[in-house]
Amino acid sequence: MKHTISVLVENRFGVLARISGLFSSRAFNIDSLSVGETEDPTVSRMTIVVGGDERVLEQVTKQLNRLIDVIKVSDLTGENFVERELLLIKVAATPSIRSEIMQIVDIFRAKIVDISPTTLTIEATGGEQKIDAIIGMLRPFGIKEIARTGKVAMPREFRGKV
Amino acid sequence: MELTGAEILIESLKREGVDILFGIPGGAVISIFDRLYDEKEIRFILVRHEQAAAHAADGYARASGKTGVCIATSGPGATNLVTGIATAYMDSVPLVALTGQVGTPMIGSDAFQEADITGITRPITKHSYLVKDVRNLARSVKEAFHIASTGRPGPVLIDLPVDIVRASTDFTYPEKAEIRGYRPNYDGHPRQIKKVAEAITEAKRPVICAGGGVIISGAAKELRELAEKVQTPVITTLLGLGAFPSDHPLSLGMPGMHGTYYANIAITECDLLISIGARFDDRVTGKVEAFAPHAKIVHIDIDPAAISKNVAVDIPVVGDAKRILVELNRIVKKKERSEWNERLDFLKRKYPLQYEKSDKVIKPQYVVEQIYEATKGEAIITTEVGQNQMWAAQYFKYSKPRSYISSGGLGTMGYGFPAAIGAQIARPDAIVFDIAGDGSFQMNIQELATVVQYKLPVKVAILNNRFLGMVRQWQELFFNKRYSATFFEALPDFAKVAEAYGVKGLSITDPKDVRAAIEEAISTDGPVVLDFHVDWEEKVFPMVPAGKAINEMIERMA
Ligand SMILES: Cc1ncc(C[n+]2csc(CCOP(=O)(O)OP(=O)(O)O)c2C)c(N)n1
Repeated sequence: MKHTISVLVENRFGVLARISGLFSSRAFNIDSLSVGETEDPTVSRMTIVVGGDERVLEQVTKQLNRLIDVIKVSDLTGENFVERELLLIKVAATPSIRSEIMQIVDIFRAKIVDISPTTLTIEATGGEQKIDAIIGMLRPFGIKEIARTGKVAMPREFRGKV
Repeated sequence: MELTGAEILIESLKREGVDILFGIPGGAVISIFDRLYDEKEIRFILVRHEQAAAHAADGYARASGKTGVCIATSGPGATNLVTGIATAYMDSVPLVALTGQVGTPMIGSDAFQEADITGITRPITKHSYLVKDVRNLARSVKEAFHIASTGRPGPVLIDLPVDIVRASTDFTYPEKAEIRGYRPNYDGHPRQIKKVAEAITEAKRPVICAGGGVIISGAAKELRELAEKVQTPVITTLLGLGAFPSDHPLSLGMPGMHGTYYANIAITECDLLISIGARFDDRVTGKVEAFAPHAKIVHIDIDPAAISKNVAVDIPVVGDAKRILVELNRIVKKKERSEWNERLDFLKRKYPLQYEKSDKVIKPQYVVEQIYEATKGEAIITTEVGQNQMWAAQYFKYSKPRSYISSGGLGTMGYGFPAAIGAQIARPDAIVFDIAGDGSFQMNIQELATVVQYKLPVKVAILNNRFLGMVRQWQELFFNKRYSATFFEALPDFAKVAEAYGVKGLSITDPKDVRAAIEEAISTDGPVVLDFHVDWEEKVFPMVPAGKAINEMIERMA
């Protein structure tokens, strides 16, 4: 099962190496990892997606917590949280099929960010399923290149019952 | 007042109470050594290989409970520390390693004697610092000592670029280390402790397994109080030896691969296993599925990540062993001896540790027993790795914490002798014996010069079987006696080597002379090397073959 873990870390030299080193030395698999500064410039947030059973997850969380530069670890899985990923995808697109692609872009509320006589580059954001879906829809046209940021995530604020 | 980086470092070390430093100088740290030249409060021990500096600092820490400090130059000096740092990491030893580094503008340029030592040691340090601004130096030292010595202790490395050491800034030493990502939990949760107390009351066949954590937290007295109050037998792991007196009626000795029969049976039959400061290493558990199969498992440990890592735990208690035991002793109900105690006493009598005595050839176990008797158990024993380590664990009866010092987790050959140097410095009046193998001793034999230079009366007892004995034992038992690369066709005369260094050396070949040689070593003021030519075919028993359940022990081979 996949888990999304949000980790607040010191925004400091070497921290990324410590985290990625921990995953490799303990043989944990990272699906994706994204890092960026938070509202506090001394703190970065890492969003890490890892696969594994409960035991692996428990170890991942505990081992992350052992790192001195890690301030807080939360496993968002099973909680109510917002997740987004950004996708840039370049597809083969001759003028004759552009409009067909643009329809798909509309449906996914994506954007065209670059165009050439033979290609279109599309930007899309969304949860994992949406990103996977748009890639699936565009595949038949011929995908030239893909860049994905990996997930960022945050717990939802309102968690009570309505 | 402005001080240079070197001055700040020395001053900071003094504020941390450091009075001893092990290492070797070099270009990148030469200005630090220049400061040490006039330094009265810090004694410097010049070792002959940086690995020994790390092990000596580690031995010093294990013998004293204080943080050990070692220093090496950039590049090869720093990489030579690596095995020592990893050894300390695996056994949770508080250690601060100082390394020189090329100047900050040169970092990453493959400069002369550059090595990315913070990168290299990342998986084997609790934390590390590459100091890139002299204004952060004092704080880094403060934090390093705080991190190394608190929570689950461990090694911390501070990498010091040469320009930082020469730069100057105002010196103020921080009162406290404030690290928001590091707040070890010391008090166990009262609800969990209550559950433990209840589990003890309910249990019919409880057993305690005490590890190195009991020694680190200084909880030996509290452990004994608990064991006696609830009449529960105590097993001590390799690193826990000394946490509970071996000659106590409730003591069951060591568990695991070379543990006692009764300790392993106790674990296999118990209905409650209370593990305190021990981490269920695979050498202890054997086949995990068959480990303590009938038991509810309590795990008391300061490191949350140690809990349920190898063995699923029913009642975890995260915190300091001593504090938790104090609380547990306060609330737990007294218990009387039971049939379970009778059964274990019976097994203890029926299946004692034993070996075949001989008056023709020296039995290594006999040497260890004689060291025990000659010192009346009042000695610090360090060990190398292999058979020597196991016999030293089995046949010397430890009764005090910090008296058995050995590389448990990493199993580092070459550890024992430099560790003995550190232990001797920590405890100048103690008798310190390194129980060694001929293979391991050769890995740091150059430190004979160090014991001479600093007049350290360390005794080395080599159980010389001319083999890499433990590996040979496996080859004999599991590889049809195919002794691939374990026999030393060339071996020096260790007594002569010792004499060449200026150390008294004795070769002993007759069992009759064993005791006298040990007595002579003890009564000699300086260091002594005792080269015992022992029965090369002797093996460590009992033995649980790798991957087997711990109750599937081999007792002795025909
Ligand atoms: C640095 C290192 N290299 C290799 C090993 C693997 N090893 C474990 S025990 C052993 C044999 C040790 O021989 P010796 O020091 O003579 O001790 P004995 O077992 O004979 O008592 C070896 C090679 C090790 N533990 N450490």
